[in-house]
Amino acid sequence: MAKITAGIACSHVPAIGAAMDLGKTAEPYWVPLFKGFERSRQWMAQNTPDVVFLIYNDHATAFSLDMIPTFAIGCADEFKPADEGWGPRPVPVVKGHPELASHITQSVIQSDFDLTIVNRMDVDHGLTVPLSLMFGQPSAWPCKVIPFAVNVVQYPPPSGNRCYQLGSAIRRAIASFDANLKVQIWGTGGMSHQLQGPRAGLINKDFDTQFLDKLVSDPEALTRIPHVQYIREAGSEGIELVMWLIMRGALDAQVREVHRFYHVPASNTAVGHMILENTR
Amino acid sequence: MSLDKPYLDIPGTTVFDADLARKGYHLNSFCMSLMKADNRTRFKANERAYLDEWQMTQEQKQAVLARDFNRMIELGGNIYFLAKIFATDGKSFQYAAASMTGMSQEAYAKMMLDGGRSPKDNGACKAPETK
Repeated sequence: MAKITAGIACSHVPAIGAAMDLGKTAEPYWVPLFKGFERSRQWMAQNTPDVVFLIYNDHATAFSLDMIPTFAIGCADEFKPADEGWGPRPVPVVKGHPELASHITQSVIQSDFDLTIVNRMDVDHGLTVPLSLMFGQPSAWPCKVIPFAVNVVQYPPPSGNRCYQLGSAIRRAIASFDANLKVQIWGTGGMSHQLQGPRAGLINKDFDTQFLDKLVSDPEALTRIPHVQYIREAGSEGIELVMWLIMRGALDAQVREVHRFYHVPASNTAVGHMILENTR
Repeated sequence: MSLDKPYLDIPGTTVFDADLARKGYHLNSFCMSLMKADNRTRFKANERAYLDEWQMTQEQKQAVLARDFNRMIELGGNIYFLAKIFATDGKSFQYAAASMTGMSQEAYAKMMLDGGRSPKDNGACKAPETK
């Protein structure tokens, strides 16, 4: 049977991708950030999964205001890096896992989560930046990836509780897939940041630290945070953190914290990162 | 019955909700069109003529021409769509964010290096203090 081995939380700031693509990682501005992911890449080399189920949000790339799915699962064979207005990132094409994705879709919809099914989609920095951070710059990604896009662009995104419950449904779906696969579940975006208006540049280290602590020990407390509190305390774009709760909901109640990293700033954003292992 | 909007008192912050999305549909659709290189070229060649191809209000067009991002947001623009405009201009997210705070890009960049804006700081805005 397929098994979820670990969960990863990771911000997906576009400037990080640009720094890697343009060879700027040794610049003083970026050195501390990439240092925080050295341990992650070592861990990943020992724990490469067969499939990553990657939760992210599209940034007005594949989805315009013409269609706005709350939850969209990528069931295609492959997903190309998107041209976000300055040419596609020079990273490998993302290979999907259509059999597992379709299995999860059918199972999760029958568990009352009405997913949108996507059979053709380009993927933007929201998905490719975490892959770059965790795997570096290989000529091909070392595993299959199932993209799972969550609307956080037009308010309201799904609630934290809904996300957490969905994670639990995804876990049951993966556990019932009849193939011996190691699956990791990644929640991306966050942490505190605000990209718009006179309050742009907001960072809230206290909020982020508590969020990281509770993500390990008491995720159900996080599911009770209302949207307005994310916006008020973690910034208008900090609300992306609800996506981390899908990841956490797909893990066991008890997890082992393998690695944690927090850094301010990457461009306008507080970068948060965590590796959590299932222990059973 | 009107919708509950508990986020309206958050200073210096506009939440892109259903009402704003409706108001900004054509503005954001124009932005989306800048994903294509041909459209970027046509826009740069004659901004006004290109904007006139879209069902935008005069206020929205003026805000785009003036690159007044706060005004565009007020008129229904969403930051991820507006990003297509400053990308077309060859400007960074940090440039655009700084312009919305009224700070110079240097001052804004320094604020970020120093740990970012405190959640107690309302920035340049005049909105009421949060509780």
